Amino acid sequence: MSIEIRQNLCIGCGRCAEVCPGSLIVLKNNTATMFKPERCWGCASCIKECSVEAVALFLGEDMGGLGGKMTARREKSLMHWTLEKIDGSTQTITVNNRDSNKY
Amino acid sequence: MSLEVRRIDTDFLIIGGGTAGCYAALTFCEHSDAKVLIAEKANIRRSGCLAAGVNALNAYIGQGKTPQDYVDYARSDAANIVRGDLLQTMAEGLNRAAEKLESLGLTILKDSQGQYAMRGWRNVKINGENIKPILADAVAKQKRIAVLNRVNVFEYIIRENRILGVYAVGIDEPILYTILAKAVLCATGGAAGLYKPNHPGFSRHKMWYSPFNTGAGLAMGIQAGAEMTTLEMRFIALRCKDTIAPTGTLAQGVGAKQVNALGEVYEDKYGITTSQRVYGTVAENREKRGPCALRTVGIAKEQEEDLLKAYLNMAPSQTLRWLESGKGPSVQNVEIEGTEPYITGGHTASGYWVNTNRETTIQGLFAAGDAAGGCPQKYVTGALAEGEIAAKAAIRYMSSEISSPDADNTEAIKQKLEGYFSHSENSCDALEEAMQAIMDKYAGGIDTHYSFTEKSLKIADKKILELLKQSEQLCASNMQELVYIMELQERLILCRSVIAHLAARKETRWRGFAEHIDYPKKSSELECYVNSQLKDGNINIIHRPLVQEGGIYEH
Repeated sequence: MSIEIRQNLCIGCGRCAEVCPGSLIVLKNNTATMFKPERCWGCASCIKECSVEAVALFLGEDMGGLGGKMTARREKSLMHWTLEKIDGSTQTITVNNRDSNKY
Repeated sequence: MSLEVRRIDTDFLIIGGGTAGCYAALTFCEHSDAKVLIAEKANIRRSGCLAAGVNALNAYIGQGKTPQDYVDYARSDAANIVRGDLLQTMAEGLNRAAEKLESLGLTILKDSQGQYAMRGWRNVKINGENIKPILADAVAKQKRIAVLNRVNVFEYIIRENRILGVYAVGIDEPILYTILAKAVLCATGGAAGLYKPNHPGFSRHKMWYSPFNTGAGLAMGIQAGAEMTTLEMRFIALRCKDTIAPTGTLAQGVGAKQVNALGEVYEDKYGITTSQRVYGTVAENREKRGPCALRTVGIAKEQEEDLLKAYLNMAPSQTLRWLESGKGPSVQNVEIEGTEPYITGGHTASGYWVNTNRETTIQGLFAAGDAAGGCPQKYVTGALAEGEIAAKAAIRYMSSEISSPDADNTEAIKQKLEGYFSHSENSCDALEEAMQAIMDKYAGGIDTHYSFTEKSLKIADKKILELLKQSEQLCASNMQELVYIMELQERLILCRSVIAHLAARKETRWRGFAEHIDYPKKSSELECYVNSQLKDGNINIIHRPLVQEGGIYEH
C-alpha cells in the first residue's frame, strides 16, 4: 500500500509530511518525498490534506493493484475523489461530509 | 550523536493523542484549571486508529435498550472474560460521548423524529471521514492543552510504585525529554505488526489496525511491572481480502451474508460472535469450501454507489479496488479473509489491569482506550468514555508536588540511547520480519489458522528472547531510526507476554481467535482472568476471579 507524490505538482507546503501518522514523508529541496513507501498504511491523510492534488493513492501489485491512481480535492464540505486508470480514463466520486453514510 | 536532556513539567500528561487521549484532555479542561500535555509520536490531526476515518459509531445505546444490554452483549461475545464494572461504567458514557462528538461537528444521520438513525440497536450511522481533525481542532481551541507532536515516549519514571513521569525522545531533534507530571494517562494504541501480516511484501502495512501502533504503552507497562490482563485474547478481524477494509458496512449495512465457494450461507453453522465469524471462515477454507465472501451480488446500483462513498470515508483503498477492477459489489461478491492477530483493548479485553477508575496497578498511572484491558467492544465512543472516566479520576488523584527523577538514571538512559548511534549492525527490518515469522509459525498466526501447542509456544518464546538480545546491537543513524529500534523492542517485549498468556490459558475459549491444540475445549476452571506481571525478568501469571458490574473494583 502506498502513495505517489507528483513532484512536478508539489508546492512544498509540507502539510502531507506534517499529518502522516507514520512520519514517512519528508521535505527534500522543498519537495515532499516518501522515504519508506513499504511502511505506508494507505490511510490517505496526506491525500486529503494536499491542496494541489500532488499525492495519489495506489494499490501495490502484491495486493492485486492494477496501476490506478486516486487523488482527492477538497472544496468546503465536498471531497472530489478522482481515479485515473492505467488506460488514462478517469472517474470522479464526490462525497459531502455533511451527508452521513447510509449504511 | 549526542542527546540534549530537556525537562518539561506539567500537571496531567497524556501519552498518545488518539481518540481516548484527545477526549481525556478535553474532559480534563472542563473540570480542572490545571495544565495538561499530550505527547504524540506523530501529529494529533491524523494520528491513531482514526486516521482514515470511520463510518459508524459502533457503541451506542439505542432506544429501548440500557447500558446493561451492552454489558450483556459484550460479555456474551467474549465468552464471559470481561470486567462487568468496566463495561458498565463505559456503557453509561457512550451516548454522552456520541452527543459530544456531534456538538463538535461530526455528521450523524437522524431519522424523521430527530433521533439518531441506527444500524441495529447499538450502531449509529455517521460521516466520520474527518472525525480525527474534529477532535484535534477541539483540542487546539483549548489554550490550556499543550501538544508535543513528533515526540516518542518510551519509558515510565516510577518511584515506590508511583508514577513521576516519562522519558521520551524527539523524532526530528536529538533531545531526550524527561516529562514530569502529577498524573499520567496511557492512551496509546495496542499493537499491530507482531505477526506476519496478510501481505508480507511491499504492502506489509496494508492492515486493518494502525501499523504505527507498536504496543508502546503496553510494553512500557510490562517493563515497569504493571499487571496486565487477557493479552491472550487477540483480535483477529474478518476483513475484505487484500485491502483489509472493514466488513461491517456490508454485513450489517446492506445485510450481506457470509457464503462459501458453493454459495452456501455458513455463518449460522458456527455462530455469530466476533470470534465465531472468523472461525467459520477458517473452517470453511480448511474443508476446501473456500474462498469465502460476503454475498453482495444483486444489490441495487444505488446501494453500490452509496457503498463506494461509504468506503471512501474510512477505507479508500476498497473503493479504489472496486473502481479500478471495474467490478463493484453489485456484480462480484466481496471476498473475505482473517487478518493477523492484533492486541487491542478496544475490541477485545487485553491491556492494563485497571481499577474501576481506570487506574493501573502503578499509582497515578491511568489507562484508557486500546491500552486498557477488561473492557472489549469499546470502539470509538467507548474509548472516549474511558478517556472521560480516566481524566476525572486523574483530577481526583493529583498530588501537589512534582518529583524529579534520579539524575543517574537519566544519564544511564542517555548513554544507552547514544550507544545505538555507534553500533554497526543495521537491520531493524530483518529482525522485525524474523519476529513476525516466529510469531506466525509458533504462536498462532495466519499460516497455522491461529493454532499453537505448548511446545510451539516454548519455541516462540526462546526465539523472541534471542531477537530481543540481538536488537540491543542495532544501529541508528538518526532519531527516526532510533525510534524504529524502540518500536521493534516494544513489539518483542509484548510478544513475550502474549506468548506467556497464550500458554497460561490452557483451553480453547475463543475459537477463531486462538486454537490451543493441546487443549481444544473450553475449561470451567479457566472462567477467570489470566493476568501477568513481569518481575526480575520473569513473567508471573496471576489468575483472578471474574468481577461483575454493580460495584467498584479496587486493587
